[in-house]
Amino acid sequence: MSLFDNLKMKRFLLFNFAFLIFNSVAFAQTEEPQMADGFRADGKIFVVVLVLSVVFACLATYLIIIDRKIKKLEDNFSNKK
Amino acid sequence: MQKWWWKILAIVMVLYSIAMGFLGNVPRLNILNETIRNLYFHVPLWFAMLVQMGISWVFALMYLNGYKMKYDILSSRAAFVGGMFALPGLITGSIWATFTWGKPWVAEDPKLQGVMAAMIVYFVYYLLRALIPDAQTKARISAVYNIFAFIMTFVFIMIYPRLAPNSLHPGNGGNPAFGKYDMDNMMRLVFYPACMGWILMSIWLLNVLNRMKKLQYKLDNDEEVN
Repeated sequence: MSLFDNLKMKRFLLFNFAFLIFNSVAFAQTEEPQMADGFRADGKIFVVVLVLSVVFACLATYLIIIDRKIKKLEDNFSNKK
Repeated sequence: MQKWWWKILAIVMVLYSIAMGFLGNVPRLNILNETIRNLYFHVPLWFAMLVQMGISWVFALMYLNGYKMKYDILSSRAAFVGGMFALPGLITGSIWATFTWGKPWVAEDPKLQGVMAAMIVYFVYYLLRALIPDAQTKARISAVYNIFAFIMTFVFIMIYPRLAPNSLHPGNGGNPAFGKYDMDNMMRLVFYPACMGWILMSIWLLNVLNRMKKLQYKLDNDEEVN
């Protein structure tokens, strides 16, 4: 009787253990990598794009101004000759 | 206007990469998550740096063939612009690594070792230029050193990490690059313009610095740069 019980118990434990492992593996595979979907859905991402674009546009404009100033200097130099 | 179109193109391409870099779809990957968007900003800096160092190398060779000062000016300015792009490249890489590899600097990683070696090589180039007072000597010694510097940089950054047995950095040590698995066609539509845009921006910076240095030369020597 006790032998039967033991076997039953063993089988029960084994099944449970296998189920646990299977379950954890299956769960790990179905878990989606976290992305900032909520942030995107809110439309707040446009704020980030706008801020970065303004930063870059200002720096680029400054570069254009420097470029034009150098052009003027170059013209001055060639006029002197 | 004819001379301006590529500068406008550079600005438009970078602005496009900023907008689409955040708004476009990216693959959903573990560990990387949204940081995969750094690809649009970190990698183009290194491409621009390599292009600048390449330009610097070509004009160092041209300087040695006839010792014309205008080539030395262009070559040295390109090396400085390259360094200016490598620095943010290094910092952005470190920030990215902190959140994906767990620490800012993985000293045993071959890509990072190669980059560090390349930075030291160019640091010595800047030192050489800073320490030699005579313009002709400075130009000749730094041009000869430059031949070695660019080749070593190419070996350190592009070849050595790929031969190494393992690396955390994508595209190295048997580790596939982003292009193989992670970068889909949507990302390519942003990544390539981003690279072109930043390379053109670096060439524009080189153009401005080069003209400035030539004016300085005229002012100092009272003659045209030959």
